[in-house]
Amino acid sequence: MASSDSATAPADHKRPRGLASFLRSQMRNIAPFLTLIFLSAFFAIASPSFATIDNVGNILTQVSVTGIIAVGLTFVILCAEIDLSIASIANVTGIAVAYFTLQESYVNIANVPMPGIVAILLALALCALLGLVNALGLTLIGIPSFIMTLAMMQIAAGVSALLVRGQIAYKVPDLITTLGSGSIGGIPWIVIVAAVMLLGGHLVLTYTRFGRYVYMVGGNREAAEFAGLNVKLILGSVMVISAVCSGIGGMLGVAHFGSAQQNEFDTYLLDSIAAVVVGGTSLFGGRGGIGNTIVGLFVLGVLNNGLDHVNIDSFLKILIRGLILLAALIINVYAQRLREQAAD
Amino acid sequence: MSQGRSPILELNQITKAFGGVEALRGVDFALHAGEIHGLVGENGAGKSTLMKIIAGVHPEFSGRFMLDGKETRFRSTRDAHAAGIGMVHQELSVAPDLTVAENVFLGNQPTNRLGFVQWRRMAREAGEQLARFGIDVDPMTRLGDLPIGLQQLIEIARVLFSGARIIILDEPTSALSPPEVERLFATLHKLRNEGTSIVFISHFIEDILRVSDVVTVFRNGRKIAETASADTTKGALIEAMIGRGGEALEHSYTDDLMLPQAGAGSAVLKVDQLSLGRTLQDVSFEARAGEVLGIYGFMGCGQLELSRILFGKLKPDGGTLAVDGAAKTFRSTAAARRAGVALVPESRRAMLFHQEPVYKNISISILDRISALLLKPVRERAIAQRQVEQLQIRPPMVGLDLGMLSGGNQQKVALAKWLTYPPRLLVLCEPTRGMDVGAKNDVINIVRDLRAKGLAIIVLSTEPETVLSLADRILVLKRGAVVREFAGEAVSKDRLLEAA
Repeated sequence: MASSDSATAPADHKRPRGLASFLRSQMRNIAPFLTLIFLSAFFAIASPSFATIDNVGNILTQVSVTGIIAVGLTFVILCAEIDLSIASIANVTGIAVAYFTLQESYVNIANVPMPGIVAILLALALCALLGLVNALGLTLIGIPSFIMTLAMMQIAAGVSALLVRGQIAYKVPDLITTLGSGSIGGIPWIVIVAAVMLLGGHLVLTYTRFGRYVYMVGGNREAAEFAGLNVKLILGSVMVISAVCSGIGGMLGVAHFGSAQQNEFDTYLLDSIAAVVVGGTSLFGGRGGIGNTIVGLFVLGVLNNGLDHVNIDSFLKILIRGLILLAALIINVYAQRLREQAAD
Repeated sequence: MSQGRSPILELNQITKAFGGVEALRGVDFALHAGEIHGLVGENGAGKSTLMKIIAGVHPEFSGRFMLDGKETRFRSTRDAHAAGIGMVHQELSVAPDLTVAENVFLGNQPTNRLGFVQWRRMAREAGEQLARFGIDVDPMTRLGDLPIGLQQLIEIARVLFSGARIIILDEPTSALSPPEVERLFATLHKLRNEGTSIVFISHFIEDILRVSDVVTVFRNGRKIAETASADTTKGALIEAMIGRGGEALEHSYTDDLMLPQAGAGSAVLKVDQLSLGRTLQDVSFEARAGEVLGIYGFMGCGQLELSRILFGKLKPDGGTLAVDGAAKTFRSTAAARRAGVALVPESRRAMLFHQEPVYKNISISILDRISALLLKPVRERAIAQRQVEQLQIRPPMVGLDLGMLSGGNQQKVALAKWLTYPPRLLVLCEPTRGMDVGAKNDVINIVRDLRAKGLAIIVLSTEPETVLSLADRILVLKRGAVVREFAGEAVSKDRLLEAA
């Protein structure tokens, strides 16, 4: 073949990698990190009680449940889908594990006591089943994930309501109690569990074939299908992973808070989505990862915690969080555009 | 016909880079009123980039942009529109769910004083405009219900009759049948005589020579030559385009070509009585090992759907499909891949990951063969490197993002991903569409190598040249049915066109 010059791109003799171009393409990783450093510095200067070892421990504990839920959500968003049922599934799984545990006599719930390990397995099966329903709705019926998981949010809330009927349960299996509220060597177990799950998620996404498929499906779904990947299987899997992560977060959360009741996890929907997106994982799929989610978790954790340390109207906090989220969304979309320009 | 008058559009020293890659280097370009200006050049030569600058798609570039003798900068396509510049892009960009009339008037529907759309007036005017162009359709039909070729004509008509004084057509004829091309050319000449300026980009050099007054040749981001069409020849243009003797490369296929007698290869694929809605009717054929089967037909003849069925992306309504004698019903593209079928679709955008490095694009289809659970990046890169070298993909860096490669090289990457573990059946849709002569020949050689290795290959195309340059046996598909088979006999472009 004599066409070595004819099929040559203008890219031939130039490495298309100036520093500016590199920074632009990495904006989604750099911007959240700078935000984190800026917020930490701000609160450290504004409040003497912020930058202490104790408070760092507080922040870690505060973001743990969100972190566990966000692991699965990262998979979903990387595939350019969304899961709005995470908080509801966390709630119903937490309630379910308590439902299958013997409660104190004053708790007025018609529950079904089981041995601890059975209760845990049943609760896990429940969240996996709900995730499977999400998966089937999305892949077989073709309901957009936004709508499908919106319905699941109601369904899971409905199951929660039927299980506790407005009451509050307190007891969960010992293993869950330990992992949720115990600590070892001064480190809360829940922080360890969150760290292990985040690490596991990162390893799966970075080093396994499945992880590669998740990125490829998110990057260009049609191309993934034309490459002969089973796109529906991959999409279905991430919905189940998301539900199971939410379920684990829900069980540990119940132990952490010390009670299981309706609407306990409502704020975790927004927090988890915010953590993933603030961290820089692309809403259009295919870009980002657990590393981004960890940075996002800390941005939110530092913000929530720091606002408590400075003297600020607690009602204003909600607005500030909303504005930070908006800024993150703008950066997220803008970073995508910069990257596309760089790779055009 | 343009000497002595000042141009309405004049560009000086235009340079444009994408992420450090220079697509245009110091290009001068002038367009006069009442002129059809042809642009030729290989893929990645910079033609489309220059036109997108003129149409306001790329607002950032360096150089001087003069419109009507005044220095101008468009910040968006809207600015270009307002200045009377219209462009038909290479890819179809219509709204299939709107009516024909709405598409014709997209963005400037006639409204009454209260701002309500005047439907009757819109339908009437759209009908009149399309009739001028020789298109006879009900303006209130949903556009998506029409054949693709007609949709493309309607898109072209929209820009031609938008009142634009500068019209840019980027590969407008690739989806059109010969009579449609004739109608387009007649309309272009009429508009030119009325004073409109037209830029016409095409890989079909005969078309350029027929329709344009002036031809400009691009190579590697630079303008190489500008000459009056009457003073040049196809051979001279090709030589200027690729910088070496080009005549031997481009067959015209007007003479008879002898197809080989059927070989002894066994049937890899057997398709029987395949049907799909109104698109395909009772399609039956075989693809044999060591043979390239060409399937030719005009746009909308059912080729695309046929290829999707073979790869498990579409489910047929009826009929059977067997690979190596075993009947198959593919539930997914993954099942088709496991059965040994591979597909390279017609659109590069649809089959490649532009933001991922080259090696991930190549390894995606074989990951399950090289790794069970954990990825093996070293092995992946080694495999990709081998393919990149074998197919002469430029630049030969497997870590580069795919988007940095030119179109022809991207096409080779799309082929490369199926070659490490060759499939039983390789289905290629428009394998050389929009490619320059050199890259086309590379692809032809790759396909011949694969045939020699005993693959069954199906090439589907709407370009007779593509089928003729590759196929050992040719089926002609017309309105979803096989109307003619050429095997072991003489065939030519004329005979193919006649059959379709």
